[in-house]
Amino acid sequence: MRETRDYDDIPGTYVFDGERCRRGYHLNMFCMSLNQAANRDAFRADEAGYLRRFPMSEAQRRAVLERDWLEMLRQGGNIYYTFKLAACDGLTMQDVGGLMAEPQVSGDAFRRMMLDGGRPIAGNRSKKERHDG
Amino acid sequence: MAEIIAGIGTSHIPPIGAAMDNGKTGEDYWKPFFEGIAPAREWMAKTRPDLCILVYNDHASAFSLQSTATFSIGVADRFPPADEGYGPRRVPTVDGDPALAWHLAESLVLDEFDMTIVSEMPVDHGLTVPLSILFGQPDAWPCRVIPLAVNVVQYPQPTGNRCYKLGKAIRRAVEAYPQPLRVAIVGTGGLSHQLQGERAGLINTAYDIDWLDRLVNDPESIRHIGHTEYLRETGSEGIEAIMWLVMRGALHANVSEIFRYTRVPVSNTHYALTILENRGR
Repeated sequence: MRETRDYDDIPGTYVFDGERCRRGYHLNMFCMSLNQAANRDAFRADEAGYLRRFPMSEAQRRAVLERDWLEMLRQGGNIYYTFKLAACDGLTMQDVGGLMAEPQVSGDAFRRMMLDGGRPIAGNRSKKERHDG
Repeated sequence: MAEIIAGIGTSHIPPIGAAMDNGKTGEDYWKPFFEGIAPAREWMAKTRPDLCILVYNDHASAFSLQSTATFSIGVADRFPPADEGYGPRRVPTVDGDPALAWHLAESLVLDEFDMTIVSEMPVDHGLTVPLSILFGQPDAWPCRVIPLAVNVVQYPQPTGNRCYKLGKAIRRAVEAYPQPLRVAIVGTGGLSHQLQGERAGLINTAYDIDWLDRLVNDPESIRHIGHTEYLRETGSEGIEAIMWLVMRGALHANVSEIFRYTRVPVSNTHYALTILENRGR
């Protein structure tokens, strides 16, 4: 594990630094492969079989098969890459946003939150501030 | 001699392109947005720059984690729309300007900005959505475009100060180009948004508006804002705003903001658009 950094204090945020890139490299490259229509078809036809083309960890495979979007981030996924999987499933960014929220909410509820001005910054700046608050 | 005549900042949110491509601009969600940006299109149609230098980021389309370049410049004749995972956008191929692009590449590297030079690449929504915002749906884009890609996906992104200085170097390079071209520079991305994690959906309007005011009138006061402040205050993807500093650096110290439009939300983002013209030296 690397040293603690100041951005580790930001709640609910997975900063895509070198450590995350190292951990998530093959997971992200799997997602990137979905840029090609033929690969999207092959993945849809046999998800687990398609994933065997990539030297991913078991935890990463499970997160993909279960569509556990937060777990993909914890396993080094980057949202621009994992969103390619979401798009392949026909999900919108609001659907995925809702599935990453705690507690989970529907895409419609997430969309309503955005229409009401989004998730406020107050109370969401800092883990320390939340803890002390 | 060539000259930078204006700078434009705009977010590059994919659903804006999708709304246009799929004929949804008249729907309740989109109608106010497209009415809101209409004056920018009118300004663009009236101003008609010969060329746009478009500062954007790639989203795992042309580039990937295989090789992360901090600053890249496209020197090709043409740049096709990318398939980002749901089929390429049905928008015109982008015509480049290899002569000016190579001039910029040479000038910037010799000026100690170590550009990656890209001879072949597709361009994704980061580049084509701003063109759709500024030009609508023509059969061919009305001006040439030089793509200038900035890494904002992999931490550490370049600092805001480095981006601002790159803008100044771009201005020096453009002004040394012997052809009489009228060039606009477009900074894209931002403002506050967070797509990932439990904090997804974050919007910080007050921070954005203050930042935008200072971008226009006092850019020196924001060039040293660090990564953690952007990540914390504007969300993990809000750090794209550093690309607006490239645009601002390429303009004079004094500018006039001739148009601004902002809206919360467009998709998950605080959308902003600004048009800046130089006000003398």
